[in-house]
Amino acid sequence: MSLPEQRPLAEVEGIKAASHRLRGTIGGGLRDEATGAIADADTQLTKFHGIYQQDDRDLRTERQQQRLEPAHSFMVRVRVPGGVCSAPQWLAMDRLARTHANGTLRLTTRQAFQFHGVIKRRLKPTIAAINEALLDTIAACGDVNRNVMSSPNPELSGLHQESWQLACQISERLTPRTRAYHEIWLDGEKLPDSGAEAEPLYGPTYLPRKFKIGIAVPPWNDVDVFTQDLGFIAISEQGRLAGFNVVVGGGMGATHGEPDTYPRLGDVIGFCTPEQAVNVAWQVVAIQRDFGDRSNRKHARFKYTIADRGLDWFNAELAGRLGHALAPARAFRFLSSGDRYGWSKGLDGRWHLTLHVPSGRLADAPGRTLLSGLRDIALLHGGRFRLTPNQNVIVAGVRAADKRRIEAVARRHGLMHDQLPSALRREALSCVALPTCALAMAEAERYLPDLAGKLEVRLAALDLLDAPITLRVTGCPNGCARPYVAEIALVGKGPGRYNLFLGGSFSGVRLNRLALENVDEDTILAALEPLLAAYARERLPGERFGDFLHRSGGLSGATEVERKQA
Amino acid sequence: MTEALQKLPVSPLAEESLARLRAAAAGYSAEQLVWASGYLAGLAAAGTGLAAAGTVTPAPAQAADPGTRLTILYGSQTGNGRAVASQLAAAAERRGVAAELISMADFPTARLKREQLLAIVVSTHGEGDPPDDAMELHRFVSGRRLPALDALGYWVLALGDSSYENFCQTGRDFDDRLAAAGAKRIAPLVECDLDYAPAAEAWSSQVLDEAEARLGRQAQHPAGPQLRVVPPAPRFTRHAPFAASLLVNQRITARDSSKDVRHIELDLEGSGLRWEPGDSLGVVIRNPDRVVDPLLEALGLPGDASPIPGGPTLREALVDQRDITGLNRGFLEAWAAAEPTGELAARLESLRGAGLGRWMQARHVVDVVREFPAEIEAARFLEMLRPLAPRLYSIASAAEFADEEIHLTVSLLHYEAFGTAHWGAGSSWLALDRGDGDTVPVYVEPNERFRLPADDAPIIMIGPGTGVAPFRAFLQARAARGATGRNWLWFGDRNFASDFLYQAEWLRYRKQGLLDRLDVAFSRDQAEKRYVQHRMLEQAGELYRWLDEGAHLYVCGDASAMAPDVDRALREIIAGATNSDEDGVENYLAELRRNGRYQRDVY
Repeated sequence: MSLPEQRPLAEVEGIKAASHRLRGTIGGGLRDEATGAIADADTQLTKFHGIYQQDDRDLRTERQQQRLEPAHSFMVRVRVPGGVCSAPQWLAMDRLARTHANGTLRLTTRQAFQFHGVIKRRLKPTIAAINEALLDTIAACGDVNRNVMSSPNPELSGLHQESWQLACQISERLTPRTRAYHEIWLDGEKLPDSGAEAEPLYGPTYLPRKFKIGIAVPPWNDVDVFTQDLGFIAISEQGRLAGFNVVVGGGMGATHGEPDTYPRLGDVIGFCTPEQAVNVAWQVVAIQRDFGDRSNRKHARFKYTIADRGLDWFNAELAGRLGHALAPARAFRFLSSGDRYGWSKGLDGRWHLTLHVPSGRLADAPGRTLLSGLRDIALLHGGRFRLTPNQNVIVAGVRAADKRRIEAVARRHGLMHDQLPSALRREALSCVALPTCALAMAEAERYLPDLAGKLEVRLAALDLLDAPITLRVTGCPNGCARPYVAEIALVGKGPGRYNLFLGGSFSGVRLNRLALENVDEDTILAALEPLLAAYARERLPGERFGDFLHRSGGLSGATEVERKQA
Repeated sequence: MTEALQKLPVSPLAEESLARLRAAAAGYSAEQLVWASGYLAGLAAAGTGLAAAGTVTPAPAQAADPGTRLTILYGSQTGNGRAVASQLAAAAERRGVAAELISMADFPTARLKREQLLAIVVSTHGEGDPPDDAMELHRFVSGRRLPALDALGYWVLALGDSSYENFCQTGRDFDDRLAAAGAKRIAPLVECDLDYAPAAEAWSSQVLDEAEARLGRQAQHPAGPQLRVVPPAPRFTRHAPFAASLLVNQRITARDSSKDVRHIELDLEGSGLRWEPGDSLGVVIRNPDRVVDPLLEALGLPGDASPIPGGPTLREALVDQRDITGLNRGFLEAWAAAEPTGELAARLESLRGAGLGRWMQARHVVDVVREFPAEIEAARFLEMLRPLAPRLYSIASAAEFADEEIHLTVSLLHYEAFGTAHWGAGSSWLALDRGDGDTVPVYVEPNERFRLPADDAPIIMIGPGTGVAPFRAFLQARAARGATGRNWLWFGDRNFASDFLYQAEWLRYRKQGLLDRLDVAFSRDQAEKRYVQHRMLEQAGELYRWLDEGAHLYVCGDASAMAPDVDRALREIIAGATNSDEDGVENYLAELRRNGRYQRDVY
């Protein structure tokens, strides 16, 4: 292949290169008591440690007038491969949320825990407590492989079990080798090679941009496998895992007004055996390390490497590095990207209860004490918890005898899905956005309940309250809540203004389309009302809203994935 | 005015230089001449170590024999004592009485036994403490090394604030100890409260009369080279303040703070007001309704009647003539005398020497009126109260930064006690009753004892809470001048997130390299209370290194706890670094004070 154009490297590349394997001056910055912030360059490096510096944007102007620095705090993301954790770990996270963060615990769309509002002097104790709970925040953010997702409950089937094991193996193999994390946060001892540790996969500048891996178990596409940089689709034959279809080049992020940036669904490029999968992941990441764009961070995701160079080039490059070509892809079919709420029974006869957590935010509000509810369940249950890619939680491995008690607690705290007014609300996702996310242009998590309420009035009139429709709201186009595959998506453009996207598929195999640009709520509701009315009137049995829009309106045309799946 | 120049005694200037000076001055207005005199004084003080503005240079003959003249010795923290002493010296000169004006800080203790006629003006601070410049002499006079002073005759004028329990204690100490050493008390000690001017004037003229009787009047001014420096008369005073208009009244503690601190900016346009970093701004306040109303209600007197026919109504008098918030002994004793049951008198008696100060600090006038009711006439009540004193606030901006506006940092005093809200009169008037464009009457109150050193000297500034205000002026001035000396700021308050006054500015200064170090202590962010003095001890080595390299150390803020705690920490640091005992540390600090390297503005 030809060399990439000689353009200046992005500033972050220089910061990484000079960081002594992600140390920078973080240690000194933590000791500086005159500011709640750390040095600008270090804010790029802490991401690799799972820590984002943020500030309360609601208070920004006010504090500026008060001659105070912004109300800085940190978001801390815990790496939880496949979203699997124990009750003691849950209780440890619950305690930290109350004592070290802002009293809430957030479940992310990548099956991780997130703490918000951790002030600087509580950072080290927070990381130490996470470490004591046998979890960590390494590589939860930053230009590395992020938390590896897998279809949530390993106890549901052998396929789920093996997919989760693969997620753990990939997570382990793709974790950076620098000991910076242990030295800075856990007072780990400095060794002679500190600052120059070998990084066999990443090298001194790590990846050009973040990298996301997810493993789906059909017919459930809850991990939104086509939105991952690298996806694995579990293929079963006679009830046993045969291997995985490999999906490359998906990604959600885009930038308003830059047509060179766009969401992209991954391409299914072949099939690998379970034994080959970790090496496939390693080599795909290595290709992105070597060929990804390091000059323009908005164009640095793996999907652009694939789109710019083509699948033929990529398949040849991968085959060269693997020493063999991938086998042809196997058939698969997805039905849903949502969660299966309520009780389900696993292979071992244990029961699993999927609870709904609006926008993944566990907090105690009057009448809805979700955080305390899950703590009570953890104390009672003593078993396991599974975080889902839809920001929900599964209480896993419950004995039949305990079902009633656990459900009673869940119901008392408002955690049961049937306590929600609509199926729309159940299927809704949103990112954090304001007030903490620095990228947000509009409200998301704080706005979703209002918007859902207004839509419910219309759905009720149309007798559609039970129709599952995916609604996703994000505060900016970067796509943390995977908006571009939703049936209805609002992508923040400015305060109170959104781009409206329509027509994704319920199973996450088709991108939606931009329907309206930079519009307010009234315009959005006015646009949706006739579409929902037509859907209520004219839908075929079992037909989803997104599919209906394609069949009936101007959103027709199957995508590549749909064709491959069919 | 040109004539005055020609009448100068023997001029140190060559004829040619004098002619040039005359030519330059010829075109000046009266106001310009006054300004120029101050300018020349500044040059003299900076260039040659000659007298600072307002002092009279002793003639060599006088210095040789302290027995032939009146020595006017002062110890002053806020400048009031110095002002009284300077006026006495000026009056002595006018009357031809040989006199020498000298600060206690500059007065060698060994000289005391050679003195024959000594007029002492000294103030008291906090819980009976001497001002910084009087510390060394106070210690000497209080100690066993004080020699017999049989030849000495003396007067003491004690300044103080009767809202403190040990009111005028330092003056009493000097008075007692000199008498005990055999000196002759020419007249009884005079104690002055905040409205010291009338008593000080009476005392001064009494001193002068007696001094003239003893020393005689000099036929003419002493011969010899002498430059007479006339301090520029301030155009605006507490009696004739400048009507500044308010530009900014901005709360600078965050919304969840336990305190309400305001950044106030005042427009000085057209005033010609001048100030130096370290000076205070006098604010001629009015008592707000939130303070006046409850008092009128407690008194049960009509506010709209005039106690003296034709005079202001009671309300008017309470609003802008009398101090009606903090307590003082004069009021308490007068109220106790009027209170029929004698309960207050008994209470005061029981508290004397055992917490009276704290008892007074916790209460306002209205609390006493409520708790110990008395039938009293309005006119009598007004007499019991002290005149409404202007409030002094450290100026938080430098003229080099903006010369037509002046900034203050005002902490709103507000607390609940005895079942009602208590408000600071000055702070609540400024913070809550003054908005955009409102008038605030002000004047500059110079503080010669809180001054920046030479531009290349390092400085350590310790200013917890609103004590940080003058250091904002210091840093602005140093930034504007391009001063090369290193700067180290210490700040402390309750909570980092909400109470870090001017945080964004300090961080900017640090980033720009103006502030070399910024150390903080927030007392309520962790289980154990942690204050600036604790953090100083953690940095003992570095602090001492700075002092050793000639740093000037400044302390501003709370006098009751912070300043003594910081002083103790400093002593511990010096003792540790120099391996010295208490005397050694005291000598070290005395040396610092003598050289103006340990300056405090505490209140």
